[in-house]
This record gives sequence, structure tokens and C-alpha cells, in this order.
Amino acid sequence: MTILFIITGALLVVSFIANKQKTLEGLKKGALQFLKLLPTLLSVIILVSIAMYFIPEKMLIKYFGDQAGVLGYLSASLVGSVSLIPGFISYPLAGMLVESGVGYGVIALFITTLKMVGIMTIPLEAKYFGMKVTLQRNALSLIGAIVIGIIMAVFFAVT
Amino acid sequence: MLRELKKYRFDLTVIVLFAGLIGISYLAEWTTGQQLVETTFWRFLKEMLTILPCMFILIGLFDVWIPREKIEKHVGRGSGIKGIALMILLAVTQVGPLYAAFPVAHLLWKKGCSLRNIFVYVGTFSAAKIPMLTFEIGFLGITFSVLRLILTIPVFILIAIIMERYLRNKKYAIRSPDDS
Repeated sequence: MTILFIITGALLVVSFIANKQKTLEGLKKGALQFLKLLPTLLSVIILVSIAMYFIPEKMLIKYFGDQAGVLGYLSASLVGSVSLIPGFISYPLAGMLVESGVGYGVIALFITTLKMVGIMTIPLEAKYFGMKVTLQRNALSLIGAIVIGIIMAVFFAVT
Repeated sequence: MLRELKKYRFDLTVIVLFAGLIGISYLAEWTTGQQLVETTFWRFLKEMLTILPCMFILIGLFDVWIPREKIEKHVGRGSGIKGIALMILLAVTQVGPLYAAFPVAHLLWKKGCSLRNIFVYVGTFSAAKIPMLTFEIGFLGITFSVLRLILTIPVFILIAIIMERYLRNKKYAIRSPDDS
């Protein structure tokens, strides 16, 4: 995070020295885009935090660790697709799940859907890609995540 | 102005209701509401308010400084494997959640980047960021991380190729909320 501030700050200073007018124009463009996105962003974040608050970790362990297999994969892809957990929380959580016996395939599926499939952020994504393409991208990513999860599971089962 | 607000009708309703919920939680000392605000909501808000302003500053600067011809030449149509490699290099150094990739996708589109490369960017942006990989290796081990990457990158390049093929002759355009 700090590195992002440093890079942004440094580039801003360099840009300002090189051309004040151009820099201001760029800042204006950026700010305008940010402001137009803000209401949708806020409402998505509100809905996500309400949903996340009601999904306790114990429930994840119970469903992901399902020995029958299919339920574990299904719940991992469902939770991964719906939720929006930042990496610094999802990785410790995944580590904890592995320690409580959840398979690596399920974890891979959970991590990949978490990153690539965003059901909650569909309204946001649709503002850029359009609804149809957004749904297609999410569906393809889900299929891709399942393929990755299965291969990982097989790999860890044979080694 | 009124038409502008109408576009955000749903979002504004959610925001107003949630603001009401916060108010009630603190006035009536409702702990569930307070916890929700202080833990989950605050965490997301912090992430959004730190990363996104930087992102949009960088997007704005990129927009005014980098000429369209440069982007078109290196990552435009017909840029091949080199274009894909450049997109992956650009994507892995970034930070931020998936939704931070969409404004960048629009900017790249405007500057003439090919659709395939944009979807490669969106894919690797969320799956293979270097700062997050260090985290992943720490908690899940290097074998897991390396294997996941080896599988993820080709899968998402394939998805990007499929998306481009599908959209090729459809007059598709990536929009932005400030287009109107």
C-alpha cells in the first residue's frame, strides 16, 4: 500500500514539473471518473460488508471441509464468487482452512473465484463492460476456476 | 442534474438506508450494527479510499501523457505474444481489488489496446499480483502458489482469446460511467 502512495506521489511531482497544465488536466479527468463511480462503489461496499458480516468462519470450515467432495467444491466456488475479501484477510483465512483439513483443490477454487468472479461487483463491472459481457466474463472465469481447482486437487492427491 | 441523480437511484437508496442504520446503531447502542460498521464496512471503506484515489490519479496522468500510438503499437491488435507478455508485466505490479481493474480496462481500450490484451490484464491483475503472492506463499506454501500461477495464467489467456473471438465482429465498446 505504501509503495502505491510513493509511486503515485513521485509520478505526480515529476509530471507537475514537466508540464503543469497537462498534469492538472489529467487530475481533473481522474477525479471526474472517480466521482462518477463513487455512488455505485459505496453501495456495493455497503452490501458486501453486510453480507460478509453474516458469514462466520466456522461455517466455511464446516462446508469446505466436506469429505464427500462435491459439496466442498460447490460451497467454495459459491462463497468465493459472492464475497469480496481482500488478500490480506483471505490468505490467512485460507491457511487456517488448510490447517483444519480443507483440501488444496477446494482452497485453489476458493482463492481463484474470490479474485476472478465478482457477483457483488457485477453492477460496477457492467458500467464498463456492459451487462452481457460482464456475465460472460464471470461465467467463463468460474469455469476456469473449477478447472484450476480440479487439477490442483489431483496434483496434491498424487504427490 | 436530476437526470444524473436518477441514474444512481438504487445506489443512493442503499447509501441513505445504510447511513440511517449507522445513525440508529449508535443512538440506540445496537451492538450488531456498530460492529458491522466498525469491522467489515470500515475495512472496505479504508481500502477503497486509499487505493482508488491513487489509481485514478495514475489513470489521469497516464491518459494525458501516454499517446495512443504507443499503446496501439505495443498492445494493440496484432501485438501477439509480446503484447500478452507486456500486459502480464503491467498487471502483476499493481495493487487493488478486482473492481480497480475496470477503469484501467476502459483507459486501455480508449488508447487502442486490443480486447484480448485487456482481458489478459483483468485476469492477471486479480490472480497474480506480486505483493499478494508474497502473502500467498507465506500462508499456503510455494508449491501451491507456483502451481496455481502456472495453471491460472494460461487459463485466463484462453478466456481472453475466447472473449475477443466472440466480440470481434460485434461493434463492442468498453464504456465508462462518465460517458454520456
